[in-house]
Amino acid sequence: MTKLIYLDNNATTKIDDKVLEAMMPYLKEEYANPSSMYDFSKKSSNAIKEARVKVRDLLNAKDEKEIIFTSCGSESANTAIKGALAYNKNQKHIITTKVEHPCVLNLYKQLEKQGYRVDYIGVNSNGVLDLEELNEAVDEDTALVSIMWANNETGVINPIEKISEIVKSKNKNTKLFVDAVQAAGKIPIDVQACGVDMLGISGHKFHAPKGIGALYVNSQTMITPLIVGGHQERGKRAGTENTPYIAGLGKAAELASEGLKYEETEVKRLRDKLETGILSRIYNARLNTGIAERVPNTSNIGFEYIEGELILLHLSDIGICASSGSACTSGSLEPSHVLRAMNVPFTAIHGSIRWSLSRFTTEDEIDYVIEKLPGIIEKVTSISPYQKELKALKELKTVNYAV
Amino acid sequence: MWDYSEKVMDHYRNPRNVGEIKDADAVGIAGSLTCGDQLKIYLKIKDNIVTDAKFQTFGCGSAVASSSILTEMIIGKTLDEVKKITNKDIADELGGLPPEKMHCSVMGYEALEDALKKYKEEGYIDLDELNNDNSSDIQKEKIICTCFQISENMIWDAIKQNNLKTVEEITNYTKAGGACGKCKEVIQDIINTYYNKEKSQNNILTPTQWILKVNNIIETQISPELQKDGGDIELVDVKDKAIYVKLKGRCSGCKNSTMTLKNFAEKILKDTLGSDITLVEVK
Repeated sequence: MTKLIYLDNNATTKIDDKVLEAMMPYLKEEYANPSSMYDFSKKSSNAIKEARVKVRDLLNAKDEKEIIFTSCGSESANTAIKGALAYNKNQKHIITTKVEHPCVLNLYKQLEKQGYRVDYIGVNSNGVLDLEELNEAVDEDTALVSIMWANNETGVINPIEKISEIVKSKNKNTKLFVDAVQAAGKIPIDVQACGVDMLGISGHKFHAPKGIGALYVNSQTMITPLIVGGHQERGKRAGTENTPYIAGLGKAAELASEGLKYEETEVKRLRDKLETGILSRIYNARLNTGIAERVPNTSNIGFEYIEGELILLHLSDIGICASSGSACTSGSLEPSHVLRAMNVPFTAIHGSIRWSLSRFTTEDEIDYVIEKLPGIIEKVTSISPYQKELKALKELKTVNYAV
Repeated sequence: MWDYSEKVMDHYRNPRNVGEIKDADAVGIAGSLTCGDQLKIYLKIKDNIVTDAKFQTFGCGSAVASSSILTEMIIGKTLDEVKKITNKDIADELGGLPPEKMHCSVMGYEALEDALKKYKEEGYIDLDELNNDNSSDIQKEKIICTCFQISENMIWDAIKQNNLKTVEEITNYTKAGGACGKCKEVIQDIINTYYNKEKSQNNILTPTQWILKVNNIIETQISPELQKDGGDIELVDVKDKAIYVKLKGRCSGCKNSTMTLKNFAEKILKDTLGSDITLVEVK
């Protein structure tokens, strides 16, 4: 069998063995309902307590009571957004960005139909948010500002601390929700220092299993629960606690906190090696994010005049997994809304590939991709109808290199 | 991951007849860079036979496979044979395509059509066309989907060749309506017009056949839905285009019954039998 080189860690990640180990007792012998009154439930309820502390530490929240366990990133976002809006029925204005994750964008589309006014802040050609536009958009009626910490497609980081300052200086009652699904485990998160009211994360993006997430809601922010029922999660999210997955999320959060240094140095080094390797060997490759500040694991590269799905299919044939912003891979017919918002030229948008590494990515794997990719790109480029344009591009690049 | 057939995979892995024919007798183009796929097909034609064909494609796996297999399908064929190839033939030859990817086969068909049209301008005489009056189709060049530049004619062809019935299918086959979605209503109108035209041809039914047809639709498409809510509907009479029905069970006396009749029952009857149908409730 071909070896597997997994460079799609922004889509999902491998479960860390240590995480699985931490979950196992609660999938087997420790099955007690953590809310029960007998001694048997003590281990379960303690596991949840411990996990809550570990997630608190990952986010540097003040109090573990501010952490709510959810089933996924989308649930965290829905709980925060709908919960905060339902609690504050007087203000009807929301600000978000054009490059948010679909789970959030589609929710705002729905809220628009319910009478909310939503402003979508744009980004520049590197994917960096227009803070001036944000500043102008906040007004007295603004109930919520919702901005992702790091973008899933480009890895570009938003300056959350600065954003919070802007928002709060214009309207101190406006709540700030941050979708930190792509930031958790990749860069340090400090909800206190950054002035965040609510923040969502998803376990499977940092080596916990799918089906578990968390939402931070600071003690000053009130939300109406999305899922109503029992008293679990201090009445903010009903449903019997998913003990094994919560224990897994806790372990993953602990490992993520410990691993931040490695992300910042080693993962970044490998990402940069991959990026330089590709850009120096392939003339029709362009880095879509320019000099923007990014999480250490993500690289978004456009290959001009060719189409992304075909690149991915050829990569898949030799065991390499990546993803594309092309229309064809999504089934939606429209290319990535993120790359469109950045005005990535149409020559490159359909051939854009996202590479996302993890702490399990090895140097050998990166070397293999750098070795194999030029051949694949050449093969796909050779059947493109834009040979004239490609030739001109090649000549231009050769001149640039010569200079 | 798309569920591609072995043949599709073989063709995108090892595309046949790739390249350009410098002295081609006809070149056809479909799609564009903006839309995310483009196909260029080059033909050498001698004595009304395609002697060689090559292609260049900017597109996904199924676009390359459609182009590649198309060149294999046309080499050695007469122009009259080539002209009869539809997008469905291309998809069938590939062992099928996922529904969302059918537009790739349509692109193959369009590029081929474009090449033949250009060749015709240079002297090829189409015998079939001389015998047919195609003047009614001329106005159909109107662009319906401005995002993907899809004309009414292209939508019409896709409906005809593939027996498409919904806007979603049209989007899968032609891309029309797949971006901003503003043209979806117009596409629905085109579908309605197409099938109403078919229906008008079916209108030479005897009164008994007509009543049976109406009754069949009520029994198979409307009644089961109402039964789910504890109600029912019964056909009382049919007078030409006026259909008289009686609501039964929970539906009778229900304050939403007018809504049920107008929004649900009448809509189904209009969609299936023509927009000139009226539904009348008998109390």
